[in-house]
Amino acid sequence: MEVCPFEGITMEGGQVEFTDACRLCRVCIKACPTGAIWLEQSDAGPILERDKYKDVLIFAEQRQGRIQPVTYELIGKGLELARCLGQEVIVFLAGRDLKAQAHELLLYGVSRVYLYEHKALEHFRIEPYTSLIVDLVNDTLPNILLMGATPVGRSLAPRVAARLRTGLTADCTSLSVKENGDLVQTRPAFGGDVMAQIITPRHRPQMATVRHKVMASAPRLAEPKGEVKECAVDESKLKSGIAVLKFEPYQITTSISDAEIVVAGGRGVGRPEGLKLLEQLAVEVGGALGVTRPLVEQGWADYTMQIGMSGRTIRPRLYIGCGISGAIQHVAGMRGAEAIFAINSDPNAPIFDIAHYGLVGDMYEIVPHLIAMIREGDDPNGVFQLS
Amino acid sequence: MHFVVCIKQVPEGTEVEIDEEKGILKREGVESKLNVYDTYALEAAVALKEEFGGSVTVISMGPPQAEAVIRESYMLGADEGYLLSDRVFAGADTLATSYTLASAIRQLSDADIIFCGMQTTDGDTAQVGPGIAELLGLPHASYVKRLCTLEADAIILETDMGDGIESLKIELPCLLTVTNEINQPRLPSFRLKQGTKNRPVTIWDHQALVGAKQGYFGLDGSPTQVERIFPPPKSQEQVIWQGTPFELSQRMCAKLRELKYI
Ligand SMILES: Cc1cc2nc3c(=O)[nH]c(=O)nc-3n(C[C@H](O)[C@H](O)[C@H](O)COP(=O)(O)OP(=O)(O)OC[C@H]3O[C@@H](n4cnc5c(N)ncnc54)[C@H](O)[C@@H]3O)c2cc1C
Ligand SMILES: Nc1ncnc2c1ncn2[C@@H]1O[C@H](COP(=O)(O)O)[C@@H](O)[C@H]1O
Repeated sequence: MEVCPFEGITMEGGQVEFTDACRLCRVCIKACPTGAIWLEQSDAGPILERDKYKDVLIFAEQRQGRIQPVTYELIGKGLELARCLGQEVIVFLAGRDLKAQAHELLLYGVSRVYLYEHKALEHFRIEPYTSLIVDLVNDTLPNILLMGATPVGRSLAPRVAARLRTGLTADCTSLSVKENGDLVQTRPAFGGDVMAQIITPRHRPQMATVRHKVMASAPRLAEPKGEVKECAVDESKLKSGIAVLKFEPYQITTSISDAEIVVAGGRGVGRPEGLKLLEQLAVEVGGALGVTRPLVEQGWADYTMQIGMSGRTIRPRLYIGCGISGAIQHVAGMRGAEAIFAINSDPNAPIFDIAHYGLVGDMYEIVPHLIAMIREGDDPNGVFQLS
Repeated sequence: MHFVVCIKQVPEGTEVEIDEEKGILKREGVESKLNVYDTYALEAAVALKEEFGGSVTVISMGPPQAEAVIRESYMLGADEGYLLSDRVFAGADTLATSYTLASAIRQLSDADIIFCGMQTTDGDTAQVGPGIAELLGLPHASYVKRLCTLEADAIILETDMGDGIESLKIELPCLLTVTNEINQPRLPSFRLKQGTKNRPVTIWDHQALVGAKQGYFGLDGSPTQVERIFPPPKSQEQVIWQGTPFELSQRMCAKLRELKYI
């Protein structure tokens, strides 16, 4: 009974009863020592002909003609999965005037880029993009379809999955394949307190989204491999109930709730210039700047930057706290961060109890070095540099 | 106009503890509440109703006790509520959930705008809304952060695309998933609490959803399967570094690089 995460099992008069709280998560079945619990499941649907489905299809997301970096990360993972199965990576790319970008993608080891060019595809619109991808899937029968967990990917993937009637797993943190081609998808559940391993055993393609910076990018090769296949766009697929009126790019970095990396400053910052220093660090690591409540009360920072119980809850991949004591009200809003670095001059500060990496020292002495070192390491020929 | 809002009851807080020795989950005193993102969806619908007239219907799929969130929505201005509750619906992944909700919305037949939260705090997939839109064949927009103009047959709005704001005009009927920036949800009204005490909540089981395919509900209708649940990889190492500022920066920089943050 205590195995159940939902309190879905009760014992009545020596009889095990399942309550409505049961979510059929099957934890109990695996935990049952005598095999007394099982699940009756009608084997709905035809038997899957696994051999019919091959290759990993990647949705290459472009925004204003620029391929989004998550695409190269998906290709990196896709190549790894395809290699295990002796298969290939193919790419879907849609937009306007994208020949150069399509050829650029060939430098990352993919076998074929299916390119759809049309002025009506310039901006992402859900219906045409869904139709074109579904058509490509029906033509190529991929085993796996990967998309970035970006606003576009998170909008598109569930529609494609629903039309194809296949499974989709959001925000996977790890992906691997079994010998039979089944994709093992791992993602955090219950707000990150547990990990769930999910499979899509009877449907193809197996779909998953992955966030930016979770997987390593594919290396850029010296010579392109593969080919670009220009696909005719059927006008009837372009119908949409949506008109894009305007796009206004953000000038500054994103808000702390969405940011993958957050640099946070506390009262230890001492003076407003200290926040400028932390802002520089935030820019260097490509993150957003957050603060503790006292700094908002001082008027040094906007309320939208406050992390904690009465501010925003954040779950970034990386949190760097500087001059923050680690009061429970602050920690409540950031303990879900994947990696926590803390810089504090007091070795007994409670923040060190939850930090993965604690630096005991003065932030004014440490942070400037840190900024310089990160900058030095910048590789001008980095993989994200598009020619 | 008829506004439909999909709301879900979720566990309060997400603290689940893992018993390291036995490798099992512990969950103490699970309280339930309305998914916070759905309060923004509901507020958006109620505000439109107040300005332009019409009615607001809420729909939730869940166990019988999920009636509580429908009652709560009455205190927040919803006019009518449906609870889709049936053992057959249990074990649904996002596709089966979308299918069940879409079937119910189709049954209502006259929705002009369907609102969803941008995600739930337990499932946390953001997939159900777009899934419903697809199954109903409607256009949708995700991450709507502002409603600008409502016309007879279209709505103009702004969405957060991560890298900027996109203004869209969408034909009605349509589905919108909203962010927590779209409004400031009101507090439950005592007057409405009193006034809606006897308002019924309609319970629908799978038979009430005419024309829906039973194999598409719940576990059977879910292509994804949870194979295993396990504790997250031990929260890395926990170390405290001492040294000169230069040494400390070096270590931190090397670690950031090793972990691929930079
Ligand atoms: C109902 C309620 C709700 C609250 N909600 C929130 C909330 O949402 N968010 C929030 O943040 N707080 C919240 N608080 C406030 C919270 O209790 C703490 O007061 C606050 O988080 C402390 O902020 P701090 O760590 O920046 O400051 P302090 O606790 O003053 O800590 C400053 C730290 O900086 C260190 N330091 C000083 N100088 C340096 C230096 N040069 N280099 C490195 N380290 C240095 C010090 O050793 C100290 O540990 C709330 C409080 C209440 C009562
Ligand atoms: N069981 C459910 N009942 C009603 N609405 C739901 C349900 N599950 C999800 N939703 C809606 O879909 C949104 C996204 O949920 P999710 O895909 O789980 O993150 C929620 O904010 C709700 O509006």
